[in-house]
Amino acid sequence: MAEASIGTSELAARNGLRDDDLLRMYRLVALSRAIDERMWVLNRSGKAAFVISGQGHEGAEVGIVSSLRPHLDWLVPYYRSIAAVLTFGMTPREILLAQFARATDPSSGGRQMPGHYGSAEHNILSTSAPVATQLLHAVGIAMAAKNRRTGQVALTELGEGSSNQGDFHEGLNFAGIHHLPVVFVVENNGYAISVPMSLQSPIANIADRAASYGFPGVVVDGSDVLECYRAGREAIDRARRGDGPTLIEAKVTRLTAHSSDDQQTRYRSQEDLDAGRQRDALPRFRQQLRDAGVLDDERESAIAAGVKAAVDDATDWAENQPEPDPATAMRHVYAEPEGDR
Amino acid sequence: MPVRTFIEAIRGALASEMRRDERVIVLGEDVGLKGGVFLATDGLQAEFGVERVIDTPLTESMIVGASIGAAVNGLLPVPEIQFADFILPAFNQIVSEAARMRYRSNGAFGCPITIRAPYGGGVHGALYHSQSLEAFFTHVPGLKVVIPSTPYDAAGLLRSAIRDPDPVLFFEHKKMYRSVRGEVPDTDYTVPLGRAQVRRSGTQITVVGYGLMAHHAMEAAELVEAEGISVEVIDIRTLRPLDLDTLLSSVRRTGKCVVVYEDNKFGGYGAEIAAILAEQAFDFLDGPVLRVAGPDVPAVPYAHALEDWFMVNPDRIAAGIRQLAAY
Repeated sequence: MAEASIGTSELAARNGLRDDDLLRMYRLVALSRAIDERMWVLNRSGKAAFVISGQGHEGAEVGIVSSLRPHLDWLVPYYRSIAAVLTFGMTPREILLAQFARATDPSSGGRQMPGHYGSAEHNILSTSAPVATQLLHAVGIAMAAKNRRTGQVALTELGEGSSNQGDFHEGLNFAGIHHLPVVFVVENNGYAISVPMSLQSPIANIADRAASYGFPGVVVDGSDVLECYRAGREAIDRARRGDGPTLIEAKVTRLTAHSSDDQQTRYRSQEDLDAGRQRDALPRFRQQLRDAGVLDDERESAIAAGVKAAVDDATDWAENQPEPDPATAMRHVYAEPEGDR
Repeated sequence: MPVRTFIEAIRGALASEMRRDERVIVLGEDVGLKGGVFLATDGLQAEFGVERVIDTPLTESMIVGASIGAAVNGLLPVPEIQFADFILPAFNQIVSEAARMRYRSNGAFGCPITIRAPYGGGVHGALYHSQSLEAFFTHVPGLKVVIPSTPYDAAGLLRSAIRDPDPVLFFEHKKMYRSVRGEVPDTDYTVPLGRAQVRRSGTQITVVGYGLMAHHAMEAAELVEAEGISVEVIDIRTLRPLDLDTLLSSVRRTGKCVVVYEDNKFGGYGAEIAAILAEQAFDFLDGPVLRVAGPDVPAVPYAHALEDWFMVNPDRIAAGIRQLAAY
């Protein structure tokens, strides 16, 4: 990180962190938000056909994913995982390459819709659009980690809507039986597109379902970055120790429509939308760091300027990268004889 | 050379691959202690342990989905679906995930898994223990589909499938498990994917089949030989990728083709063969490409008389050959 160590505040110490770490996490939340907002601008100005957003989920993702070990562990993301993939090593330029569907997009070379992140370099598995399928891949990664004794942990993210799919239950069940080193993170924003939680589940907390599979389920406030951090650290440590899976349910808020093709005012009241704004991790974390003396005006504006510069750079750079050549569209259906990767 | 049953050849190839490469694991329902409902994995858990031969819950989607993840993280999983009829809960994982992993990641991730599944009727398995589902999967780019007919091919093709960097569906006709025998060397030989085999040379009609139907085609060819009809039999072996050269060079020579498959006729694998021949061998054809296939009822019924009514057999194939020969 760019900033020099500035010490350890009481807030940082209480969480086993240094102020550097807090500022890095704050920057990631702010960066994720700024990139996400830029994606919408590109969509509304006709430069990107589609946006699927992580706004409102960033605090939970940054907090939980921060304890994964880069280039060892695995992240199996979903389409709201923008903050998670940035935390785990992807760059703003790589996110924007996907948003512009450019040839060198590491997620898919412009083949998938934006938001379907993946990076072989960073152990971030390619994801699809059918929901909850990725959870079984995380289980398999964890099974291989245990079998090969690699010490790896697999962490997967999904929405609460996905937790009603069969794959969710099949995966939790198998992970519980074999005490696999996997962490399941349900980011509960209260809506499966338009269907509210009350019509998705008869119980209030998805985390309660972990009890059926013999491992802990914990609920965290997704607007509290450090509560998410502590839960993520504990779950990842537990998995690495060989004590098995954890289901973390982060109560988050969806600040945008489901996607650029959705209009959430059709099914959400103004009161509901206003209440959602109050549960945004970004201003809350900012205030928390200011109250703790970790963030002041000067540092905040330096971070804001850095974030803006990074987003501008990524946008301008990615937009100028070449589009995929249709002559390459038949490639990678099957492995190529050599030099495949 | 030792003579082995079809299932002994499969079991032997699994064991030899597991000895050869510690990344190979087997997982599925009853594959461990019991050794599989057909005993295809008998003895593997005793030799390789519970970490490499894994009894799973009844969760076909998980069996395939976890195999995909394990493959990404360095293993070579060989999941078993107990009956092909039960593969449908895993369809999403196979088609949306395994088949598309490489393409959607622009080559960054592969998916080296080999899904074994017993298929086929004629064993009183009724609607849900008899189905032939290959056409669902041959339709999908990114998948390879193998259906062997001899013990030699079963072992050699299974080794190739396990060593292949892409997902392979490996369907085994359950009626052949103990009824078909053949010579199988005690070596780690392979049979390459994507190559058909001419089982019998002939000049007047090409009959194309795979799995149990390759055997029935051979019997039918003998039935009509006495009538002066010379039949060439091609065992397709790998349905996708298809060995176009062997198919086209035969049909361009004989000018006539019967395609045999046990699956429902409409939209079955043989329809693709017929379409390819119409496109690429039209000028050489002296008659319509004929399909001898299962009737278009949802699946194989149970009662003896009903099952016999469903099943394609050598007599029906011979009738198709005669019809085309007279054209």
